[in-house]
Amino acid sequence: MRQVAWSGVATAQRSGRTYGAALDDLRTGWAQRELWAHLGWQDIRQRYRRSVLGPIWISITMAVTAIALGILYAGLFENDLSRQLPNILVGFIIWGFISGCIAEGSEVFIANNGLITHLPAPLSVHVYRLVWRQTLFFAHNLVVYVIMLVVFRQDLHWSSLSAIPAFLLLVVNGLWVALLLGIVTTRFRDMAPIIGSVVQLAFFMTPIVWIYQDFLQSPNPSIAERARLAELNPFLHFVEMLRRPMLGQPQELRYWIVVLVITVVGWALALSTLRRYRARVSYWV
Amino acid sequence: MTVSSDDLQVSITTKDACVDFPIFDAKSRSLKKTVMGVVGGNIDSGARVPIIEALRGITLQLEHGARVGLVGHNGAGKSTLLRLLAGIYEPTRGTAAIRGRVAPVFDLGVGMDPEISGLDNIMIRGLFLGMTRKQMEQRVDDIADFTELGDFLDMPLRTYSTGMRVRLALGVVTSIDPEILLLDEGIGAVDAAFLEKSRRRLSELVERSGLLVFASHSDEFLRELCDTAIWMEHGQIKQHGAIDDVLRSYKGHAG
Repeated sequence: MRQVAWSGVATAQRSGRTYGAALDDLRTGWAQRELWAHLGWQDIRQRYRRSVLGPIWISITMAVTAIALGILYAGLFENDLSRQLPNILVGFIIWGFISGCIAEGSEVFIANNGLITHLPAPLSVHVYRLVWRQTLFFAHNLVVYVIMLVVFRQDLHWSSLSAIPAFLLLVVNGLWVALLLGIVTTRFRDMAPIIGSVVQLAFFMTPIVWIYQDFLQSPNPSIAERARLAELNPFLHFVEMLRRPMLGQPQELRYWIVVLVITVVGWALALSTLRRYRARVSYWV
Repeated sequence: MTVSSDDLQVSITTKDACVDFPIFDAKSRSLKKTVMGVVGGNIDSGARVPIIEALRGITLQLEHGARVGLVGHNGAGKSTLLRLLAGIYEPTRGTAAIRGRVAPVFDLGVGMDPEISGLDNIMIRGLFLGMTRKQMEQRVDDIADFTELGDFLDMPLRTYSTGMRVRLALGVVTSIDPEILLLDEGIGAVDAAFLEKSRRRLSELVERSGLLVFASHSDEFLRELCDTAIWMEHGQIKQHGAIDDVLRSYKGHAG
């Protein structure tokens, strides 16, 4: 009884530049979740092998950075630490996931060139592995979030559960981003450093260490005016969509709408790129 | 020649398949005309990006039970052909249809992680070769026996000698049940006694597999495992026939 749930069969069965072949790639890659789930775990264990605390370091690093910056910016903005610190911490956790998907996504195929040229597996396996790894990082950081909830009580209620679909949307976006950027940077190697700088710049432009609402309500009208420009930054919508429920603040529909539109457009772009260039990646790496 | 409509039939069919590599970082100036040497494929610099025509006009029909040897110079296209047959490279022109589970064994080191234990590496390698976790757990004892590595299996791979790594990789590779088995040479660096043992396992593996393509420079090994052969030259099939005929003309040509 041969199953199609295997790499070699299905990728080869439907080949060429068709949407069928592109979707096959995503489907058969998903079917191999035993493989990429194992590899994703391995990546994390691997990074902290031979260290005594192991993956707990992920959480510790996050906590130290957030606390230090929380204290610094609470002073700079003259905010209450109990307001500034949770904002920064949750912002950092979300940004870690977003920037991880973008930065590592831009190298997802280049980094796996050995595997790609030696074993016939769907390209999506590498993408799933990457996003799964980022999800595991996120989960480790949630430990810090829970500790924060104990120290600085947040006003959580049932609507805070909308953080779950918000995170799932983030994952779905992480997948197309890694897929698209992975293919583009494999062909145009200059893109990788460009993407790196854009991500770094975006960190400052996105309300992670600063609080967007504070600037909007600034008594200085020119600051309030400029703060409105931040709405043009797509990352703002991703961060706010997930951070607000995690801090017990009311959701705003417009973040969800913007994110959903980006999700649809992004996947359409990624799928058409995958259709055209899927078979070329093994030639380019 | 009819292509079987039966989906369960293991087969590889290629028609006029070409594999062209774009070389983005080559200076096209230094490649002004098409260079044709003894070694390597053809380099066509007429295009905007220089292209290496690694394979040209490959038309093949391999069915269940085929035992094919691959011979040719270094750079004649043997490894590229194996990757075409594995589905790693989809032809840039022409078509290739592969039916069956492919187990490519090109480089024993790929997918091996030096920081994790031998046992973990067995699992990962098996998953990459298309096995499930459960299937690998059943085979782990058999593999451990074969490798004779004992307690070393719990040690990280970086503590292994080259020979020990080869044992481990061969152990995993020869434990699977492939439908299409693609073997590239270079399975060396093992001591004589172990080689004898792995030969037996290799032949058993070949018998289990539905279809074998094996690239090697060793006549003896080729005759042992294959009944037909393909002679590759300049990325094209120069001869395809019974193993003795092909080996004879290949040797005659080389000598």
